[in-house]
Amino acid sequence: MTTLNQLTVADAAAKLANRECSSEDLVAAVLASIAQHDQQVGAYLTVDAESALAQSRAADAARAGGDIRPLLGIPVGMKDLLNVQGQPCTCASKILKGYVAPYDATAVAKLRAAGAVILGRLNMDEFAMGGSTENSAYQQTRNPWDLSRVPGGSSGGSAAAVAADEALATLGSDTGGSIRQPAGFCGCVGLKPTYGRVSRYGLTAFASSLDQIGPLTKTVRDSALLLGAISGRDPHDSTSLDAPVPDYAALLGGDLKGLRLGLPKEYFIDGLDAEVEAKVRAAVDQCRALGAEIVEISLPHSKYAVAVYYIIATAEASANLARFDGVRYGLRVDGEDPIDQYGKTRAAGFGQEVKRRIILGTYVLSSGYHDAYYLRAQKVRTLIRRDFDTAFEKCDAILTPVAPTAAYQFGEKISDPLKMYLGDIFTIPVNLAGICGVSVPCGFTSEKLPVGLHIVGPALREDVILKIGHAYEQSTPWHKVKPEIRGQKSEVSGQ
Amino acid sequence: MNYVANVGLEVHVQLRTKTKIFCGCPTTFGAPPNTHVCPVCLGYPGAMPAMNSEAIRLTVLSGLMLGCKINPYSKMDRKNYYYPDMPKNYQISQYDQPLCLGGGIEITRPDGTKKTIRLTRIHIEEDVGKNMHFAASSGIDFNRAGTPLMEIVTEPDMAGADEAMAFLEALKEILAYGGISDVNLEEGNMRCDVNSSVRPAGQETLGTKTELKNMNTFKGVHRALSYEIARQIADVEKGTRIRQETRRWDDLAGITLTMRSKEEAHDYRYFPEPDLLPIVLSQAQIDEWAQVLPELPEQRRARMVRDYGIPEYDAGVLSADQDIANYFEATAKLAQSAKAASNWIMTTVLAKLTELHLTIGEVKITPAQLAGLINLVEAKTINIPTAKEVFELMFAQGGDAAAIVQAKGLAQVSDTGAIEKFVDEAIAANAKTVADYKGGKEAALKALIGQVMKLSKGKANPGLVNDLLKRKLS
Repeated sequence: MTTLNQLTVADAAAKLANRECSSEDLVAAVLASIAQHDQQVGAYLTVDAESALAQSRAADAARAGGDIRPLLGIPVGMKDLLNVQGQPCTCASKILKGYVAPYDATAVAKLRAAGAVILGRLNMDEFAMGGSTENSAYQQTRNPWDLSRVPGGSSGGSAAAVAADEALATLGSDTGGSIRQPAGFCGCVGLKPTYGRVSRYGLTAFASSLDQIGPLTKTVRDSALLLGAISGRDPHDSTSLDAPVPDYAALLGGDLKGLRLGLPKEYFIDGLDAEVEAKVRAAVDQCRALGAEIVEISLPHSKYAVAVYYIIATAEASANLARFDGVRYGLRVDGEDPIDQYGKTRAAGFGQEVKRRIILGTYVLSSGYHDAYYLRAQKVRTLIRRDFDTAFEKCDAILTPVAPTAAYQFGEKISDPLKMYLGDIFTIPVNLAGICGVSVPCGFTSEKLPVGLHIVGPALREDVILKIGHAYEQSTPWHKVKPEIRGQKSEVSGQ
Repeated sequence: MNYVANVGLEVHVQLRTKTKIFCGCPTTFGAPPNTHVCPVCLGYPGAMPAMNSEAIRLTVLSGLMLGCKINPYSKMDRKNYYYPDMPKNYQISQYDQPLCLGGGIEITRPDGTKKTIRLTRIHIEEDVGKNMHFAASSGIDFNRAGTPLMEIVTEPDMAGADEAMAFLEALKEILAYGGISDVNLEEGNMRCDVNSSVRPAGQETLGTKTELKNMNTFKGVHRALSYEIARQIADVEKGTRIRQETRRWDDLAGITLTMRSKEEAHDYRYFPEPDLLPIVLSQAQIDEWAQVLPELPEQRRARMVRDYGIPEYDAGVLSADQDIANYFEATAKLAQSAKAASNWIMTTVLAKLTELHLTIGEVKITPAQLAGLINLVEAKTINIPTAKEVFELMFAQGGDAAAIVQAKGLAQVSDTGAIEKFVDEAIAANAKTVADYKGGKEAALKALIGQVMKLSKGKANPGLVNDLLKRKLS
């Protein structure tokens, strides 16, 4: 029997509308699931149960009063870098320990306006820097499909919570793959919208020209529902796009006839896991069977994407993270003078990976190196963007793997940053080009680990990639398979 | 040997906007610490800047007034450095593509000759907070953080402290005229960094420059520059090499001191601000703003000379303050003599303002009322001493000059019969003076006129008295 926490957003909304359950029932079921599984999964950093229940009661009262907003009473979990008024927002970093957000991020405010219940703070790599959530300063998050493996990252908590039915849906953020890769690792749907589709106001910035908020959900339809709720122009974010927000969910349905899907010849590379490749190729065949025409395309500059990304993202991060100095909020370690205080605070507050990236970013912007690194990276970024422009003249969307491998063991890559960085090789170009991409489950490896299909679309064509993802998903059984969360398979350090 | 100084200024001007440059917090001065703040200007996680378009308009307007080329495409950049008064530890400024390029300001040198100081550029940026130090602790007031600033950078065209001072005065006047800034120095509306170098006369290349940071009074600039130039010359004479460095002015000691050398200079690691879009200005937009360009002080002076026929000196005095110039023009338009209006304002009104520390806006006499008073004098209804008396009454309580004159019976007596009576009385009572006059002493007539005025209690028309006396004594 399906319990309420296992419902999709769409099904829960229908049940709420038919008065088959209340929002309070729904939230209580999610809280029960968290109580039951999160000890093992570790998706949540904090859960304010009282606030969630109070919001659910308010939603139920509103519904009793005739309120029929589509997300009314639906609980949504938040990655720990999204500001929710009155809630902690640590970005899984010690440097923001004790910081309580004084305002709502626009995406959060929009979800509230749509009636959603804001529930819980989800674990992540510190400041979204990482691909395994191992860089959290607070706790490990485990992959619900295999607790000895990472959930991916940086939105690992957001993906694991959805996979473990500890949430109906969550929001994450994606700078180089941080929504799509953990969605792929955890067997859920993760959407990285077009840069500017969703306001970044209230999203603690990692790399401002790349960051984008998006949903992690159990189905493509749910991602469509959430995207519709959080999208739109925001005067607080000058880079948000002033484009109409379609009813994405209403545009789903139908087969793939008339659609041309591009396969980048450069993306099926050495280092791509054979099982992953097989699943993705099977998914491509399935799309063909659904009526799509498959065409070969070329994205020749993608091979530079990881290098370009680690220059631009770290450069922006080095400035974005400068504000964490112990002066106004968060951790403060006293020093002899302000400069000493900064050094001590930041040394104590930031983890290894964050420090590594701040140093790298500071270096590439330094006088004498700025042109060779930062400026050159910007030029290559333009070439990568043009590759996609050219490709989209030949196709409506592009299919690639989400990541070269399925979820790996804890500790497997954490000591080798370069290996870890290459895990984002298929997702990073999409952020650099500012376009959209979605990860949809496309089967399991022999070890029963989920594999993700990455569907990439042109700017503001979320409708196209969601339509493709939905058609594929509905013609395959993968989204219906649930992990069995059993005792710990290996010794992992719970905190 | 003779030395020549080269001075360049970087002037930070607070723009007159209601709200801060990137958020909706008010820019009003003097609020209790940290009451005009929000997540944006405090640099909270996730907060983002949104450009205040009025700051751009005011900067472009300044550029147009100062003859700059307006960049149709400019962008904001992040300038990275750590300081407690800077919430984000980067300042959003403009690096290589500022809003305005070039331009210049004409100054009048102490010897009266004119000189144009070239501008390099004008860009916009955000102000920082204010560190405050107490007995046992320090605090930061972020009310000022995010206040819109315009930075005007000049070429090293000024030859010394006097020219720098003249430049600042001229700039201040222009900015006030344009409504660009309140230019209130006490509130820190204009602050500048002063670059200076010296070179032997005849040498083309500039000497090594030093920078004096954060000067906030014009007098301070003058004193500091005078000192700094003399110091540099003395060092050069001694054979000591000038070091490129940042110095600060110790106002009490009256000296400049090393703050940091070039080697310790910041690497600001500028890069384009990804949270803000480039500023793209259409020619149509620039033209629209150019159409409502305010009149410059220099233009106004020329126009006042032309339209009102007043001397250049008068125009200079009256136009130094835009409100006074407006007051003059309003008065002159209604007065029968513009020169009389100029005289009244330059002497009587301005003296009152100085004496009582008032602004022209606080004066009770309206331009129309002052014109009324002037016209009574012109029509010889009252004489000048009476007019001064009436002015005092008007200054104290306002009111119409004619009404006061009537109520107090101060109108000049121009009735020949009445004056003749006083004249006869005066002649009868001053036989000796009369004899003196008849004996050829012209000055004696003046004494007799005085007597008549006394008898008439000052109301007699002095011209008529003069005529009558002469006739009767001839």
